[in-house]
Formats: sequence, structure tokens, C-alpha cells
Amino acid sequence: MKWLASIRIALRALRVNKLRSTLTMLGIIIGVAAVITMIAIGSGAQSRVEEQIKSLGSNLIMLLPGSVTSGGVRMGSGSRNTLTEDDAAAIQREILDVQAAAPQLRGTGHVVAGNNNWSTVFYGVTPEYLEARNWVIATGKGFEPSDLKGAAKVALLGETVATNLFGDGDPVGQVIRIRKVPFTVIGTLQRKGQSLMGQDQDDVILMPISTARNRVLGGGAARQRTVGSIFVKVREGADMKGVENEMRSLLRQRHRVQPGADDDFTLRNLSEVLAAREESSRIMALLLAAVASVSLLVGGIGIMNIMLVSVTERTREIGLRMAVGARARDILTQFLVEAVTLALIGGLLGIALGIAGSVAVAQLAGWHVDLRLESIMLAVGFAAAVGVFFGFYPARKASRLLPIEALRYE
Amino acid sequence: MDGYTVAALRGVSLEIATGEFVAVMGPSGSGKSTFMNLLGCLDSPTGGDYVLAGENVSQLTGDALAAIRNRRLGFVFQNFNLLARTSAVENVELPLLYSQCPADERRRRAMARLAEVGLDERAHHHPSQLSGGQQQRVAIARALVNDPVLILADEPTGALDTRTSFELMGLLQQLNRGGMTVVLVTHEHDIATFASRIITFRDGHVLDDQRVAQPADARAMLEALEREAA
Repeated sequence: MKWLASIRIALRALRVNKLRSTLTMLGIIIGVAAVITMIAIGSGAQSRVEEQIKSLGSNLIMLLPGSVTSGGVRMGSGSRNTLTEDDAAAIQREILDVQAAAPQLRGTGHVVAGNNNWSTVFYGVTPEYLEARNWVIATGKGFEPSDLKGAAKVALLGETVATNLFGDGDPVGQVIRIRKVPFTVIGTLQRKGQSLMGQDQDDVILMPISTARNRVLGGGAARQRTVGSIFVKVREGADMKGVENEMRSLLRQRHRVQPGADDDFTLRNLSEVLAAREESSRIMALLLAAVASVSLLVGGIGIMNIMLVSVTERTREIGLRMAVGARARDILTQFLVEAVTLALIGGLLGIALGIAGSVAVAQLAGWHVDLRLESIMLAVGFAAAVGVFFGFYPARKASRLLPIEALRYE
Repeated sequence: MDGYTVAALRGVSLEIATGEFVAVMGPSGSGKSTFMNLLGCLDSPTGGDYVLAGENVSQLTGDALAAIRNRRLGFVFQNFNLLARTSAVENVELPLLYSQCPADERRRRAMARLAEVGLDERAHHHPSQLSGGQQQRVAIARALVNDPVLILADEPTGALDTRTSFELMGLLQQLNRGGMTVVLVTHEHDIATFASRIITFRDGHVLDDQRVAQPADARAMLEALEREAA
């Protein structure tokens, strides 16, 4: 018998009991919608983490000042500024696999431009900083080595700062005052979004490290050459652990740390932290999908239940069809097609509901959802598989009826 | 069953020739239903042979029997067994659905058979919109649609009144005159008188097998009935 004819028979049989068919489909509709929505939410969270990794830059190691021990009392992390610009230069110079070692000096301050003002964070950096952090200039230009040497009063603005000070206007060439010191804006930075901790990474001003030290921060920071932290970008394909070890022994040597004593700095491999987060969000997405598929399973059991009822109700029809020449496999096909049709129609309606649900979640909860074609195809495939799996037993039961007994069934 | 065998039929040897109109009679439990099931290839004999149109079908199973039923046999049941919510013409098409017949050909043949039983104008009515006699005529059209060699009618007049019964028997007689072999099960003597041969079963044996020299004419009986009423 032709497939088209089977589908037509199935649709007619489903139309006969409209309410029953709709209720049976409801299980599949909810199941498919749940799978699509949950995968959209899960992969939305996952792609968010991936974005953060991209914004941070890959193969990044962060060096932070460590604790110092004074008379047997160990002070906390960052209790003294042990890292210097010279450390950064030495790392860059002596470790081959380091692509860029960028020190940064952090300060906060009030910024004024014309009638607008804004409180923000500024970093004194070297030209390598942008390279290490994969940060791109959006408009204008970056720092020149001469800016660094001469402690020039030039600044790069993050997107948030630029918007707050200049609105839609072009900040390049304008003069701003940072802690009352006048600076010329030479460029703006491309948007980087939220950091791992949820901070706005674009609420920032960059200036040459010498300018920050000598003209803005002043005081003790000016006398030493200490820095807040050093970003180290390792060359693509290099052994991260090896570079970490080299850096550790280099710094211990430079800081004259006794063998057996604690490091006076902290090494943090940011890529590893992010990889762990990515892994956990991936597991989360999988878990959501797994929970949602349970409802698909329940929907499938609903289909099996209704198909069994249907086979019993239509015993005489089955007997008649067999009497006029239907083979067992024709009957099997007919009921299987009916179950799959039920599941597929439910699946299609579920897709619509799932897309609507994902959009609603994105709108109402403000979550990042990521609707993917694969997840939709997966859900439909799953629905069809549920139809075949749960439709098979009732269909086989129908096909094994004996024509004489089926015809005599009351 | 349960370790011992019940013989429903024993020592039955019959030959039905092409073009015969056979009525099978007998009380319940006489074996006539088993006989009909065997004739209809709905059941296989535990012993013995059944040769249908020159082909021994007694050893066939499952799909092969389904194909024989599909190509060789036409069934008419007491309770019509039409598919509900399905039009008359689609009911007639049903056997063709299982014989790889293209859709337009199916429709053409079904309509021709409906015209033969005088129901072409009701082709798109559902069974619930037809009278009992009309439903049984649809069932006969369905039995004929595959050009069978044998029509098996199991108490076809059981659910019909006398007048409609005569009408239906007239239709079967007309088909028989056209060369169709008909085997009919009935427990009503006046229905059996329309056949050209009456076989009576009792306790699994053939009790009686007699040819009727001059079968009653259903059309004439119907006219007589209508004269009486008038």
C-alpha cells in the first residue's frame, strides 16, 4: 500500500476523534516545546560564556602581587605591591613563548568633559596591553612609544565612558579632565561587554602607564616602579604549564625568594577558569535538555495508551481489512503511520510553542536565549522516534490479530 | 486447543463448480462456519486439501492467504462491515487499496461496481446515510471490485426485512446468471430456495447435498410481494 494512502487513512482516523487526538498530542507538544526552550536557554548561557572567553583573549595568564610574610605573620594576597614594570619587561624579554607581557596600574577618579562628568576606573598601560587583551581600537589611534616615554596626557575611552561623557558625539580630539588633569582623547575602544564577574569592561579609561604613575596617581606609586598586575599572553600552541613554571622561577629569582618560601606573587591561568565555567554551563544545558526530554517520554506513553485503545475499538475494521486482503504488514504500517503522524503533528505544534516560549523568556526574563536549527530538528526527530517507538507495540498487536476473531469481535 | 483437538469438520469432500449458486445450511455448531472460513481462506485446514480455481491453498499461510483473499474472493457479511465515516465509493475501493492499484483506476472500478448495484448516485454518502439494503449493496459492490472467482455471503439477509432480502437475493441471482460463483450461508429456508444447490451440515458432516432443479426467482417473488401489498 502506498505511503500517501496510509497517511490519508491515518489523518482520517485522527479526525474522527478530534478531542482525543488533540489531548494525546498535547503531551508531545509540551515535550517538544520544553526541549526547544530548554536547549535555547542552555545554549544561550553557554554562548554567553564563550563570548566572555573571546573578550578576555585566549592563552592568558594573570600575575597578581602575592602575600608577604613579616615576622611569621602572613599577610593576605596583594598586601604589598611586589610586581614592577621591570618584571613585565623581563618576562617579555626572557621567556620565548610569551607574546606580550602587559603591566597595568589601576586608579579610580572623577572625569569631567564639558558639562558632563563621570566616575570611572583608569588603567595605566603599555602599548602591549591591547594586544594581550585582544582589544581593538574602534576610532582614533592607540598609544605611541613616545607617549609612554614622555608621559603624554593622552587617553583611550571605553564605550561606556565615551557614551556618558559625549553621548553620540565623537570624543576623539576632545579634552577631558581626569582628577583635574587635562587629557586629550586620541581614540575609543571597541565594546567588550561584561566580564566574568559581571563588571562592565567598557567603563574604563586607558592611559600610558608613565602618565598614570607620574601625573595622576603621584605619591608612593611614583617613586617605585610597582604595578597592580601583569597580563601575560602566551603564544598560540605553546605549553601553558611550561610557561607558568618558567615565569614562576624567573620571578622567584628576581624577587630573591628563598627556596622553600612562598611565592610573593600569584599566577592565575584565566583560560582554565573559563574552560571550567564553559564545561559547567555545557553540563547545565545538557541537564535542562534531559529534564525536558522526560516530558517527551511521558507524551510518548500517552500515544501508546491511545493507540492501544484505538486498536481495540477498531478490531472489526482490522478484521475487515484483513478479510479483503490486507497483509499483517499493511495493518502494522497503518497503525504505525497513525502514531507517527500524531507525534509529528504534535511535534510541529510544539516547535511553534517552543519558539514562542524561547522568545517570551528572552523578552520577559531578559535572558540570553540561543534558538538553534539543530535543536529544532533534534526535537522533531525525537518526536518522530517517540511515535515509532511507542506506536510499534499497539501496531504489532493489531497486525497479529486473526481475521476470523477480529471480524467476530463485538 | 488445551492439548486435545476438536474436529469441526471431518470427512467433508465437496466440489463447487464455476457458476454454481450454493446455499449452506445447518444448525449452529454444525461446522458450516468453519467450512465458510476455510472457503474464505480465513483459516487453514489442519488436514486435507482446498483447491481454489486450480490452486491448492491449504498449505498457504499469512501473507499468501491475504493475497488470495484479495485477488480471488469477495466477502459479504451479515452486519455489512462497512467502514463508518467513509463514503460508499471509498468503501468499495478498500480491496483495491491492498492490490497496488493506482488511485484513478481504483475510483473508476469502484464507481463501475456501484453502478452495477444501482448506487452510483449515492457514491459519496456515508454508511450512516444509507438504508440497510443499500449498505449491503455497497458491500456487494466491494466484494465484486477485485473481479473475484467466488463470492462468499455469510447470512447476508440476516439484518434485512423480507422485501429488502428478496431485493438482495435478486441481485445475487443476477450476478450468478452472469457467471459468478456464489456461496451463501443462511438458516432461512426461503432464502436457500433461491440457490441452485443446498448443502446441509450437521456435526461436522455433510448431511445432505441436493441440487435444486428449479430455484425460486427472487425478482418474481418481490413482484408478488408488492402485488399483495397493493
